[in-house]
Amino acid sequence: MNAFAEHYTLIMVALGSAALGVVSGALGTFAVLRKQSLLGDAVSHAALPGIALAFLLTRQRSSLVIVCGAAVAGWIATLLVLGIVRTTRVKYDSALGLVLSVFFGLGLMLLTLIQNRVRDAGQSGLDKFLFGQAAALLVEDVVSMAALGVAALLVLLGLWKEFKLLSFDPDFATSIGYPVRLLDVLLTSLLVVAIVTGLQTVGVVLMSAMIVAPAAAARQWTDRLGRMVILAALFGAAAGVGGAVLSSRVAKLPTGPTIVLCVSGIVVVSLLFAPNRGLVWAAVYQRRNRRQLRLDAVLADLVELSRHHPGREHGHAAAVLQAMSGGRAVERTLDELRVRGWAWRDAAGEWVLTDAGRDEAIRRAEARGT
Amino acid sequence: MIRQQVEIQLIAAVVAAACALPGVFLVLRRLALLSDAISHTILFGIAAAFLVVRDLGSPWLLLAAALTGLATVSLVELLHRTRLVREDAAIGLVFPLLFSLGVILVSRYADSAHLDVDAVLKGELVLAVWDRRMQFHGYDLGPQTLYVMAAALVLNIVFVAVFYKELKLATFDAALAAALGFSPALLHYALMALVSITAVGAFDAVGSVLVVALMIAPPAAAYLLTDRLSRMLLWSLALGIVSAEAGYWLAHFLNVSIAGAMATMSGVVFGVVFLTAPARGFVAVALRRARQRWEFAQALLAVHLHHHEGLPEAAQECRIEHLHEHLRWQPAFAARVVRQAERRGLVRRDDGHLALTPLGRELARDTLVR
Repeated sequence: MNAFAEHYTLIMVALGSAALGVVSGALGTFAVLRKQSLLGDAVSHAALPGIALAFLLTRQRSSLVIVCGAAVAGWIATLLVLGIVRTTRVKYDSALGLVLSVFFGLGLMLLTLIQNRVRDAGQSGLDKFLFGQAAALLVEDVVSMAALGVAALLVLLGLWKEFKLLSFDPDFATSIGYPVRLLDVLLTSLLVVAIVTGLQTVGVVLMSAMIVAPAAAARQWTDRLGRMVILAALFGAAAGVGGAVLSSRVAKLPTGPTIVLCVSGIVVVSLLFAPNRGLVWAAVYQRRNRRQLRLDAVLADLVELSRHHPGREHGHAAAVLQAMSGGRAVERTLDELRVRGWAWRDAAGEWVLTDAGRDEAIRRAEARGT
Repeated sequence: MIRQQVEIQLIAAVVAAACALPGVFLVLRRLALLSDAISHTILFGIAAAFLVVRDLGSPWLLLAAALTGLATVSLVELLHRTRLVREDAAIGLVFPLLFSLGVILVSRYADSAHLDVDAVLKGELVLAVWDRRMQFHGYDLGPQTLYVMAAALVLNIVFVAVFYKELKLATFDAALAAALGFSPALLHYALMALVSITAVGAFDAVGSVLVVALMIAPPAAAYLLTDRLSRMLLWSLALGIVSAEAGYWLAHFLNVSIAGAMATMSGVVFGVVFLTAPARGFVAVALRRARQRWEFAQALLAVHLHHHEGLPEAAQECRIEHLHEHLRWQPAFAARVVRQAERRGLVRRDDGHLALTPLGRELARDTLVR
């Protein structure tokens, strides 16, 4: 019976986390593309007073009520940020930080108010939104998360073309008559929904990772929006499930942070190993490039030197070549030339260009266009 | 007032002052969200240091926090420099990761200790007063937090005072600063180190979120009140302290979280300044725009009259009723404009016929020239 209960919890947590991953990954893609990465952070923090107020007014701790309160607060916060930026010289980041922290403080105030005024309120029910208590996810939580998620994704699919244009070329969208303001509002609302849905799983602080990380990782693998969204959703889901399973296996590993660790791991792997942009490949490519450039340079130098010294067998010290353009790696380059049969070392330790080397040098010069 | 209340208010004021100073530069340099990031990631530094020294009051924690703050900034910049991730996305990736690591460290290895992750976010000023007093030869000198924060405040004051010119230059013209031989980068990291130290000193008392509120809200409000750096610093100090004290009393009345109340009040103070600031406040700007609208209308009237003055159709064009046809003004609006123009001595009304005065003619000419 115990095993079943554990399994059941794990399945619930995994499902909830997967739902979170998919929705936040997909919608986070748009947030990241529209430079609204940290809006997610702001909305998460700003949701707290909404949650507290929703509870105060309705005395219900059900997920749907909480999520509504959080969404409203998140929305008001977004409007305030935009209002401040548009009407004063306070910049976007300051406005975000301001609204985020003030709202969060207001939320803390309300939380302690609840603690004092309301009988049997207990912190734990609302506290889970601060840190996320994935382990406490109930069926109805998962169901409402999934339902909201599906609704959001359907809207996304339905207005795909419009959102795509809005994200990449809003001016053009305006010029061809799209209701850009409305679409902007709608897309931001979807983001707010995604965020507040995920709050109960990973909590306020970590939610911004779920918005940004899957999208950032997906970006490394593709240049196309559709693929990026799908990849981000997959990465998010993988991190969610992976984190849930991992935290259930290892003792004292809270679920939320573990999910964030998983998704960060995916980001790191993507940054390093993704085909075109990956840092590892870039380093490899760069090294190969540099080696070729050095070969080119030393060959050209040898040809140049041999022009000044008509005797075919006249050698030149490595030091000379190093001074010219060989650089500190000249020994390695010369060795490679020797291996390829383009240069050889005479008895005095000096380097001589072979005929094959001369041909190669000329071929390379032509390829370069010089 | 009993002693504890005095001490709490004193700590609140000192924390506000200590946060306001670096906050000014964060707001001006658009680094506001780095303060949010740092205030979260120092948990990781504190947890790691705590695991080594096993003493919550150890100065090593302060050092670890400062280093973590610097590490956060470095990591963000590292990510950004790969050009694979945008700056705001980089912040959204780094701080949740470090925060998660911190939470996991605490959860797995410091579970029994008093290191409460909750406290990192919320803080509790009252506890700061009761916990850990400074003892000197048996005399109770007051809460340790007060001395730590006072030291941070002094450090901030000294830094800003000594490097005032460099900070000013590097903030407003980094290229010139570099050209003159200063090191904007070094200054940047020094500033970030101060932010971290202030944050860790304060997290014990007021939690990390309030630190963000106090670092951003008062300086943002000050930004609306003045154009001079020195005045902005002073205003930030003043507004920060006012927010802190007002917050304390609010919390006292409602019996709620002091930190939350302080953050809320800093938002309220910002709101008040937003509305009432002399030149840049919402009300001032609205009034100015309205006044400019009327002034423009009067200038338009003068130009219109000047245009038709002395010409045959003057009798018809220079009538109040005609303004509606020609300028598309509503009768009520037109009447009001004419009345204002009369009052200003620009126009003379002569039984429905409008004539320009010399002053009015001058205005018309000036307007056209401009």
